[in-house]
Amino acid sequence: MSLRTLEGFKFSTLKTPVHLLDPRTKFLIVIAVLVPALLFANIYVMIVLLLSQIPLLLVGRVARRWALSLRAGVFLSALIFVVNLFTGSYLSAIALTLRFLVLLTSFSLFFMTTSPDDLGLALDRIGAIRWLSRRWLGYPNALSFTFTTAVRLVPTLAVDAQTVVDAQRSRGLELDKGNLLKRVRNYIPILIPLLLIAIRRSLELAEALESRGFPGKEGRTSLFQLKLRPVDYAIIAFSLVAITGSFWVFFHYKIPVL
Amino acid sequence: MITLDKVSYTYRSGQRALTDIDLNLEGGDFIAIMGENGAGKTTLAKHLNGLLKPSQGRVLVDGEDTRKVSVAKLSRKVGLVFQNPDHLLFSETVKDEVAFGLKNFGFAPEVVEKQVMRTLEALGLAEYAETSPFLLSGGERKRVALAAILATEPDYLILDEPTIGQDYQQKERLRNFILQLYSQGKAVVMITHDVEFVAESNPMVILLSQGRIVARGPADSVLSKDELVKKASLVRPQMSRLFSELTKYGFPSDVVDVHRARILLEEKLSEVKVRVAQNS
Repeated sequence: MSLRTLEGFKFSTLKTPVHLLDPRTKFLIVIAVLVPALLFANIYVMIVLLLSQIPLLLVGRVARRWALSLRAGVFLSALIFVVNLFTGSYLSAIALTLRFLVLLTSFSLFFMTTSPDDLGLALDRIGAIRWLSRRWLGYPNALSFTFTTAVRLVPTLAVDAQTVVDAQRSRGLELDKGNLLKRVRNYIPILIPLLLIAIRRSLELAEALESRGFPGKEGRTSLFQLKLRPVDYAIIAFSLVAITGSFWVFFHYKIPVL
Repeated sequence: MITLDKVSYTYRSGQRALTDIDLNLEGGDFIAIMGENGAGKTTLAKHLNGLLKPSQGRVLVDGEDTRKVSVAKLSRKVGLVFQNPDHLLFSETVKDEVAFGLKNFGFAPEVVEKQVMRTLEALGLAEYAETSPFLLSGGERKRVALAAILATEPDYLILDEPTIGQDYQQKERLRNFILQLYSQGKAVVMITHDVEFVAESNPMVILLSQGRIVARGPADSVLSKDELVKKASLVRPQMSRLFSELTKYGFPSDVVDVHRARILLEEKLSEVKVRVAQNS
């Protein structure tokens, strides 16, 4: 597995119509893809769901990196296909593999076009998350902050991982040497430093945040405000129709694999 | 000998990191690579043991092209000590940490044991042999990282920012240690921003700026030239700044270290003393 897998989930600062959509709208698009993909194991449904996302990828100018993430997903797709061959027909194996690709695409699209900042703002607006965060961590915006920090640190951790691999290779570590057990053990010198770096960084981050007065008081304001535009309302309405429609079809008809 | 022949390197992101680097490194050499942040110093270091392969040109280690040999094999000869020890420490004890490389290179257990203790003693770490490396201070961890590489006795030693986080006494020890290594016929390359450390150790200096070599030569001739030093976002060492103010009294302008400064000042003072005695 290479670090390039992450490329297909990394946000890039562009100003395309897809990037400018409200994060809540985009999340609803993900749900609208997710619901039919999980309700129906039908090859046609999967193909339609996959194709319908391509215009969004093109408008968002992330199609190339999406292709990269697909390439990274090839191994997992093959695994899903083979495992399902043993448990069902080859048609259902194809459908389930396509389902994986559909889910991969929708999440990839969401994360590539939604900035962690916007995501944090959106999460902060969701009452249930604020309530949970207040109950659990004592502050209404601690949970959404935790989530966005986690997303934001992924690229940083990827850089650290590369450096650790380089450092251990310089000490004669050969990752792809030996039998399966040996190969798994080869990753110990990589994982321990990485884990410790992550822990140390989180402690430092906590201190830095506290010294800047985080999390503050209840009525914390934010510099940027999310605002739904007409195009957002239109997409939200369309997505809601698609979601309810999917459920309606699911409860009234039985959809075969092909 | 390590030879870099017109080496250029471009990262996958399209960012150009090195352009046309020519460099020869032989046993007994002591080279300091200096330059601004992002000048390409670490990228250059990673070429020396094959972690990175040149986009253009080639790197030969004892005649072997780094593209054709594994990093593990090259690391036997070229020891690269990374800047941040946290990127490599993982063992339960300092002893195990230092033994890791030796075991990877397939040394016999008794050789490993002997070599580990010898290296720990040389670096003043013997008392920590059974301690967890994570309980040590930053400077000590850095020395453990150095020990981990030194134990394998590489012919070429590459140090990435070795003086960061070390107190003055440790820096002094490090300088003596490096001196010992290259007088034993090993090659030492040091990447650093530490002008004072370089001025006092008088290595060959290579100045990098934006991926190109902008100057090379003995420390005193490179570090005493304002326009060169500025290019690499450095400042001249204190002795050099002092002596460039004193040129009107007949002092040379390329003094960078305390030792030479002392000799020159003593000469001047005794001259003055003689003159005062004659006049009175």
